[in-house]
Amino acid sequence: MTFPPQKLIGYAALVAFGLAAPFVFPNYHSQMAELWLFVVFALTWDLVGGQMGYNSFGNVLFIGVGAYACAVAQVGLLYDISNYTASDGGDATIYVFTVPQYLTGLAIGLPFAALLAGLVAAFFGSVVLGMRGHYFAICTLGLGVAAGQIAAGWEWIGAGSGMTPPNAPRGIGDLAQFFYFFSFVLAVACFVVIRWLLSTRFGLALNAIRDDEDKAEAMGLPTTRIKVTAWTFAAVFLGLSGGILGNLKRFIDPIDVAFAGETYGVWMVLMAILGGKGTIWGPVIGAAIFQVLKEVFWTYLLGWQRVALGLMIVLIVVFFPQGILGWVREKFPEMFGHRVDRGPAREPAE
Amino acid sequence: MTALLEIENVSKSFGGVQANKEISLEVPEGAIVGLIGPNGSGKTTLFSSIVGQYPIDGGSIRFESEEISTLRVAQIARLGMLRTFQQTRIYGQMTCMQNMVISASVRKRGFGELFHGQHDPQVSKHAEEMLEFVGLYEKRLLRAGSLSFGQQKLLEFAMALMNEPKLLMLDEPTAGINPTLINGLIDRLKRANAQFGITLFVIEHNMRVIMNLAQHIYCLAHGELLASGTPDKIRNDPNVIDAYLGAH
Repeated sequence: MTFPPQKLIGYAALVAFGLAAPFVFPNYHSQMAELWLFVVFALTWDLVGGQMGYNSFGNVLFIGVGAYACAVAQVGLLYDISNYTASDGGDATIYVFTVPQYLTGLAIGLPFAALLAGLVAAFFGSVVLGMRGHYFAICTLGLGVAAGQIAAGWEWIGAGSGMTPPNAPRGIGDLAQFFYFFSFVLAVACFVVIRWLLSTRFGLALNAIRDDEDKAEAMGLPTTRIKVTAWTFAAVFLGLSGGILGNLKRFIDPIDVAFAGETYGVWMVLMAILGGKGTIWGPVIGAAIFQVLKEVFWTYLLGWQRVALGLMIVLIVVFFPQGILGWVREKFPEMFGHRVDRGPAREPAE
Repeated sequence: MTALLEIENVSKSFGGVQANKEISLEVPEGAIVGLIGPNGSGKTTLFSSIVGQYPIDGGSIRFESEEISTLRVAQIARLGMLRTFQQTRIYGQMTCMQNMVISASVRKRGFGELFHGQHDPQVSKHAEEMLEFVGLYEKRLLRAGSLSFGQQKLLEFAMALMNEPKLLMLDEPTAGINPTLINGLIDRLKRANAQFGITLFVIEHNMRVIMNLAQHIYCLAHGELLASGTPDKIRNDPNVIDAYLGAH
């Protein structure tokens, strides 16, 4: 990877903005933290849906697995989980976490979330990624829904009444601000890793699978392994984001937070499409615009916010199928390293 | 010359349609072998069976004396046997260079090497040479999908060369190519054989092309092997003429 100086300045400015934002806009910590998680959702969705051409509607599976895995590790390090969930996790006088305990819980819980989500992706990936097109999409949709139902029926993790992550000790300070930085770091790491992936031969292989999987296979590429690896990369980041999400929301509902196919599951696709499928900045831009619009709808159109959002989905799909960066790429292909034919074809030298 | 590819009594049927009936043939190392036959005679089916796309019903397919009829498409490709498609297949949204770079031989590379950068100077140089070889160097930064059909066909050929196969199976390489370019393509196929040492197995409908190109020709009709021999022998074989003109 090469970074020309003007790009480096751009990146530095963005990071500086990200670090300063919570102090500049102190009233919007949780919305901004959510924004960075949305960036992760959209980027990881696009890695598989945009770059590899496998439209997944079940990536919430990994968010949910991550959310529960992290919370279970955080609690389980100190207390019995069934007792904790039976008391609705709420009794703050019994289940106390000191600052070092809380931090240790996160330090173990988040990697555990990543690991478990990655394993789930590697396991299911080798089965569902054998399917193509619509079949893959439907199958992932089923995985997400099934996972939500299983979580909603599993007493150990609180079943339908959900699970509460540990109460943060006072020393942590503003919880939303605390997790804002987690989300921010995760989003940056996710961007860097995906940008790197796309600069390798692996990135080309993903595009090759998107353009013609049979050809890629006929050329000897180990397509199944490539697909499962890409999905696992996505799952690891989604697992981490799920761990953060549960703690940020302070409550893990099996269907509305963890395996929220209707909201996060659809939104992540929408953000990637809005910004431009198959580009690195598209999902980032899409997530930012989406989060702002969503918050505006929720604030000013309360009661009708879902109608407005639904209308927006229709408008985006009908009028912006290529997304913002997709449109830019069409207009200015040179910016993306593509060239347009200038002269007539040269006859092959005889 | 030893046989690089040996096919023995290979049969394949789709429901009641017997596409290939006990076909036996061999492709010697370093040769250019042709496969002709009227439409629907089972040529492409045979190709697809050889590269592992269709499981065969019976018989044996050996590549470098190893049985490959139970291997999968990508495994066979990694052994060094590639096919091109009748309906040209390239990666349409990627540039020509990207098409070439990802086609670089995976035979000598492990999975881990996929995580190396795209801009390996050695690979890029090879890719540019091969694009130059087929006459697409000027187009290397264009999106492959924006090329004309004939150019896509040349690109597919260049991608196959980039993979450095031992055996390259071409399904109608000249179909859809501008007649004035056909001579250039024949020349290029011969050079790929002579310079790069790639054995060629070619399906072709254009008789002038195949008679010029191949040293040995097999002719299929109704899924069966009808005749085999030198171009001269095939040209004068009454069975072959009957098959093409419909006296069968």
